[in-house]
Amino acid sequence: MDALSNLLLGFSVALTPINLFWCLVGVVLGTTVGVLPGLGPAATIAMLLPLTLKMDHTTAIIALAGIFYGARYGGSTTSILLNIPGESSSVVTCLDGYQLARKGRAGAALGISAVASFIAGTIGVLGLMLIAPPLARFALRFAPPEYFALMVLGLAMVVFLAGESMIKALLAMLVGLWLATIGTDLFTGESRFTFGQAKLLGGVDFIAATVGIFAIGEVLVNLQSRGGAEIFKISKGLRNLLPTLRDLKDCRFAFLNGSLIGFFIGALPGAGATVASFLSYGLEKAVSQHPEKFGTGVIEGVAAPEGANNADASGALVPLLTLGIPGGNTTAILLGGLILWGYKPGPLLIQEHPELFWGLVASMYVGNVLLLILNIPMVPLFAQILRLPYYVLYPLILGISIVGVYSVNNSLFDVWVMGLFGLLGYLMRKLDFPAAALILGMVLGDALERALRQSLMMSQGDLSILIIRPISGTLLFIAAAILCLPTLRKVRSWRIEAIEREA
Amino acid sequence: MRRDKGNLTAGIVLAGFGLYVISVAVRLPYVSDVGPGPGFFPLWLGIGLVLFASTLIFKSITSLRQNPTKETEAWHLMARSLSGWLALMIAIALLGSIGFVASFIILTIFLTVALERRPALLALGVGVGLAVAFHLIFVVALDVSLPKAVWGF
Repeated sequence: MDALSNLLLGFSVALTPINLFWCLVGVVLGTTVGVLPGLGPAATIAMLLPLTLKMDHTTAIIALAGIFYGARYGGSTTSILLNIPGESSSVVTCLDGYQLARKGRAGAALGISAVASFIAGTIGVLGLMLIAPPLARFALRFAPPEYFALMVLGLAMVVFLAGESMIKALLAMLVGLWLATIGTDLFTGESRFTFGQAKLLGGVDFIAATVGIFAIGEVLVNLQSRGGAEIFKISKGLRNLLPTLRDLKDCRFAFLNGSLIGFFIGALPGAGATVASFLSYGLEKAVSQHPEKFGTGVIEGVAAPEGANNADASGALVPLLTLGIPGGNTTAILLGGLILWGYKPGPLLIQEHPELFWGLVASMYVGNVLLLILNIPMVPLFAQILRLPYYVLYPLILGISIVGVYSVNNSLFDVWVMGLFGLLGYLMRKLDFPAAALILGMVLGDALERALRQSLMMSQGDLSILIIRPISGTLLFIAAAILCLPTLRKVRSWRIEAIEREA
Repeated sequence: MRRDKGNLTAGIVLAGFGLYVISVAVRLPYVSDVGPGPGFFPLWLGIGLVLFASTLIFKSITSLRQNPTKETEAWHLMARSLSGWLALMIAIALLGSIGFVASFIILTIFLTVALERRPALLALGVGVGLAVAFHLIFVVALDVSLPKAVWGF
């Protein structure tokens, strides 16, 4: 009953004209950036975060979350029509989606992708609604040692899955943690690593850093390549975009498989939509009566991964909204946004700001319906976005980035910081240093240091407090096990294989 | 640039950076009146950076010895990206003196003509069109202030 009355509260928030409008803007923008290869939801949310500072916060999170899950819908379009994944989570959709397009069934593939995304998105939101509140209540028992252990576990998961080399992921994470130490010390007021710049006393501006790493970094990487690809034509008419009854029947297990795998993998920090989509594709193939046909254009090969990468978006919000632990780039930026708006993401968020949490949950139901309505008839229109020339797209991204970063504090210094982080983002991509580990380190650094120092104050300097308490001890043991796993050869080869598939 | 050489360079830079972090951290109090001091956390971060960077250096050197003929990165491709970044930094440097609109137009013209090999007139059109759109959306409609030149925009 509680959940139902809370959901009603959520719908009363989500269905106000202004929130409905921004939900629509978010999902359309999300679909658009999902369609565009080289521009992801993380970069888009980072670019638009400054513009949300003057907005109502619930409206802002509804719009930004719309971009997050809307991008998952759009990612399939380029996979199916061009064999180029718009998002890394849509890589596996290329396998069967592109083959279906070559057989003249691009419309059906895009249609089933929208239906699978809708079903999985809705099941994912249901999971978020049912799991997040009890998890938050459980987390109320946490004291600084448990928080420290939980953040270490989150970072360990990201390091484990973030890139080909765990050493590089660890180094990126340490640089992120160091970036968080820049500025005034939380406890003593002493300045650290400010290079004599008064503007750094408040720390490195999070927005400038994320826009630099993601938006500018992506433009610089994309500047390396030139040229385009031919797009398969989509037959006109709604009928050609609707999957047949046979398609729907063939995909009934894929819908469920994608929804459940996507949600649970999404809830694990670091795993992400790409792993979820590969796992659900693998499971679908394993239980199929015709596994040999996978990769030649079977409709379930599109439905399972597309469902998984959508349910993942809801799953990823569970640790973010209940524990304040983001699992990847986009949720780390959303966490940064929540902190900038003055919230303390953690177990009390749902209790203290029910309108924010339940408004977001209800808006995701609404957003999924909007996406289904938009995606089936508007797929040909979204496909036209692919024709946007790069000589317009790149200046557009750079312009929005400059305006967005400058407008937060009217500071040219922040724009310089953005430029420098842009180069860092580019070099990190070139050398395969995972940006997710750096951003997570940066966003969790303050809280991690605070929790560690508070724990040591509680124990008067005795580090064993982190191990002897049952919850923190267990979490740290799991984190240590995760970091030691790659030393086992079998696990190591599996991990590299999974990441190579992701790349 | 060969990947292993890149890793080696990154390892050396990060190890040096770790030493810098340690050198600053040791000058900060390790313990304060209320518990661990401001130097406590950065010191361990610096030590971690040096340790892991040394591992990366060691692995890169080993890999370079074992596989002397790995694929190389085309420098001219990196040069495209780096010249794009340099153009962005010059545009940022010009923001304070010639304003957002003019510096953005110059940046767009450079990206379009020099990197995308498109006609200058098209570049000018794209630059002016986008700059006007930015001005109308952000300055006029959303009341966002942008760096201005003496001529007012």
